[in-house]
Amino acid sequence: MIRRFAGSAKCILFLGLLFPVLTYAKQEIVIYSARIESLIKPLFDDYSKKTGITIKFITAEAGPLLQRLQAEGSNTPADLLITVDAGNLWQAKQQGLLQPIDSKVLQENVPAHLRDPENYWFGLSVRARTVAYSTQRVKPSDLSTYQALAGPQWKGKLCLRTSKKVYNQSLVAMLIAEIGEAEAEKVVRGWVANLAAPVFSSDVQVLEAIAAGQCDIGLVNSYYFGRLLREKPALPVALFWPNQATSGVHVNVSGAGMTRYAKHPAAAKSLLEWLSSGEAQAIFASSNLEYPVNPRVPADASVAAWGTFKQNTHNLSQAGQLQAVAIRLMDRAGYH
Amino acid sequence: MRVIASDAGEIKLPVALPEIEPPMRIRRGRRVDLGWFAALAVSLLVLVPLLVVLGNLFSPDVAVWSQVSGWLPELLANTLWLLAGVVIGTVALGAGLAWLTTMCEFPGRRFFDWALVLPLALPAYVQGFVLVGLFDFAGPVQSFLRHAFGDGIWVPAIRSRGGLIAALSLSLYPYVYLLARNAFLTQSSRLMEVARSMGETAWGQFFRVSLPLARPWIAAGALLAGMETLADFGTVSVFNYETFTTAIYKAWFGLFSLPTAAQLASFLVLLALFVLSLESHQRKRQRYALSMRSPTVGRPIRLRGARAALAFGLATVILALAFVIPVTQLLLWSIHSGAADFDERFGGYLLNTLVSASAGAALIVAAALLLSRVKRKHGDIKTAAIVRIATLGYALPGTVLSVGIFIPLAWLDNHIIAAAKTALNMNVGALFAGSLFALLMAYGVRFMAVGFGTVDSAMQRISPRLEEVSLSLGVRGAAMLRRVHVPLLRGGLISAWLLAFVDIAKEMPITLLLRPFGWDNLSVRIFEMTSEGEWQRAALPALVLVIASLVPVILLIRGSGARK
Repeated sequence: MIRRFAGSAKCILFLGLLFPVLTYAKQEIVIYSARIESLIKPLFDDYSKKTGITIKFITAEAGPLLQRLQAEGSNTPADLLITVDAGNLWQAKQQGLLQPIDSKVLQENVPAHLRDPENYWFGLSVRARTVAYSTQRVKPSDLSTYQALAGPQWKGKLCLRTSKKVYNQSLVAMLIAEIGEAEAEKVVRGWVANLAAPVFSSDVQVLEAIAAGQCDIGLVNSYYFGRLLREKPALPVALFWPNQATSGVHVNVSGAGMTRYAKHPAAAKSLLEWLSSGEAQAIFASSNLEYPVNPRVPADASVAAWGTFKQNTHNLSQAGQLQAVAIRLMDRAGYH
Repeated sequence: MRVIASDAGEIKLPVALPEIEPPMRIRRGRRVDLGWFAALAVSLLVLVPLLVVLGNLFSPDVAVWSQVSGWLPELLANTLWLLAGVVIGTVALGAGLAWLTTMCEFPGRRFFDWALVLPLALPAYVQGFVLVGLFDFAGPVQSFLRHAFGDGIWVPAIRSRGGLIAALSLSLYPYVYLLARNAFLTQSSRLMEVARSMGETAWGQFFRVSLPLARPWIAAGALLAGMETLADFGTVSVFNYETFTTAIYKAWFGLFSLPTAAQLASFLVLLALFVLSLESHQRKRQRYALSMRSPTVGRPIRLRGARAALAFGLATVILALAFVIPVTQLLLWSIHSGAADFDERFGGYLLNTLVSASAGAALIVAAALLLSRVKRKHGDIKTAAIVRIATLGYALPGTVLSVGIFIPLAWLDNHIIAAAKTALNMNVGALFAGSLFALLMAYGVRFMAVGFGTVDSAMQRISPRLEEVSLSLGVRGAAMLRRVHVPLLRGGLISAWLLAFVDIAKEMPITLLLRPFGWDNLSVRIFEMTSEGEWQRAALPALVLVIASLVPVILLIRGSGARK
């Protein structure tokens, strides 16, 4: 009997040559990432050089990655999950796919509103969703808040990206958290009434529509603006920071959490701590023209040129918690 | 004019003829038909992921569903409009152009003959994105028109149902073109001669002889285009058009309700079954077999003057819109922003794409041949159902299917790992999930319809008499497949391989989720860029993907009967 098992063990070992069996080597961290390779690999390479630890990762959309973690259960090879929004991190925690990290370094480096209250996940870079306006047709003094974009003076002048994008779902979710569902619905209905064109499929298209004169204002993530500006320095579009007298600019994070069944928890924790501090923070944010989460690390010069702003400090976990409510609200309001 | 007797034997026209021979069902003693069980295994491979997804139907998420069910009328209307539009568009473009390049002679025909297949190499969502970029308000075309004629000028909106139908038709018509071309090339020229002798004009020959005779091929192509449309997520997203696929995404990844996504997916599967049954209904009780001695290459209809110019102009416009303009745009973007991204790893991406697509396509063609043969040999409902199930993977959005495939793989892995631990006290990692083997199988599950549709329509050209003769000579089973079917199906098998190759090369969600660590290919690179909205940087991998797919396209056309 034992002999037969030994035989099948040999078989498995042989198959191992055909299939890349993932064995649990010591000096290694495995990552599932919704943040794309070109924005994480340079940092991982640095870290490997510094510490000798190999980092293996796979990139895909967040939804399927969560399903993958769930299907693998306790056998998952993944130690960390990286996403590009807080909603999916909240969902991963909700599904029991993450575990809390007790780390003084992370608590110090990541402001409270940009991490999970129970330390299941931490933001690593800040993405501001703000107002873009035509410098030819709009005076910044005409602008004030997200809510004011619903006013009748903007009829036929607003461009929005589709509500299917998680950035808009988070924005509306945070709006609900702040002013309540009924008020938020009025605002969204106002936006829809002001649309100059059917909603777009990307932020870049919104910016280009403003530049081309199809509309005067729009809502975009700041780094899309930065990218387009790098390419077309004469772009007649600028950013405005809304809600400065009140709640602050809506921000989201690209962040990470440790998987519940991480095989290398200590190594993964060290990597996260490293990512949240100093030089790594600067690179992590500036490689995509985002803002560092760590308040002690300055933003990239080209990003800093758009001015400083007050962030909305409601805890971002609400973006995940209220996401479904936000989607339903946008459905009712006819925001597709 | 039902049966035409000629020296070439008898040729049957597709007017509903009663079945003369009973369907072949030759059982020798109690011999077990291994082929049938192999077909069953293929079908189960597809059925498992489908059931994993649809299994969620039994735990409905009532609260979410009550909201989502309100979307249904609009989703259904949108999806059906799109489906009808794309099917009509691809058939008109595909069959029309195939007729022009195979049956007519006009300036440039030899070039268009192969060039019109090229849009196949371009992922539909890339094409859609480029078209929107060019023709939307902020794009160069409208900007120029405003500049020339003032702001008041009215231009039809590209981001509309019509625009989306046009974009998808331009992208998917090569499926119909390729299959219709095979049909026209293998039609007997005697029929044309007869038709001509009876005073039919060129149009008459097209509409009354060639087209009806090519129906199963055109329908098979339209079926592929239709199922691709049902499963499309990328292109409809670019146009921000709501279909079942976008609703599935919203329910799953927005509302985090897998059961609701499964409920929506089941509608999609029903729609696919409906389309499939339309297709098989229309070819019922018709025979398209070809007598082997009949010359198959018709004398071309020579177009002159205005008609030649019209044919040339039409082919030029379609080729420009569907391929030349989008690829030129990709080229410009690549030059503009690609140089920085081009590194030594590109060779590896290219190699991974070529190897996985070639191997995956070969698997698919082998399985398609098996399915088609088994279906023909056993005319019963059970076999037909098995074969039909095996092609359903094509109608589900790739992301949904990728998760459906991953879950059973992980289940299997978890059991192997547990067994290894208890029985051998050994720590092993995942065996299947994240292996190339699983990836290739997944491609098979996703794209079986592509291979099967092509092989099965070609199979209809083979007269059952040949099989009878083969049997009487004692050649049966695998030997018959090898010595009778494969040589006769050569063109169809090559087409099937090519279509599967190109589809796998373009495939994204399954590759993303199932690929081994560190294994990247061109479509993964495209995803990396487009997911962050950097379409210009996606141009370089997209362009390399197009070029990589061009090689087999050109080989195929060269090999499969360019007219002598």
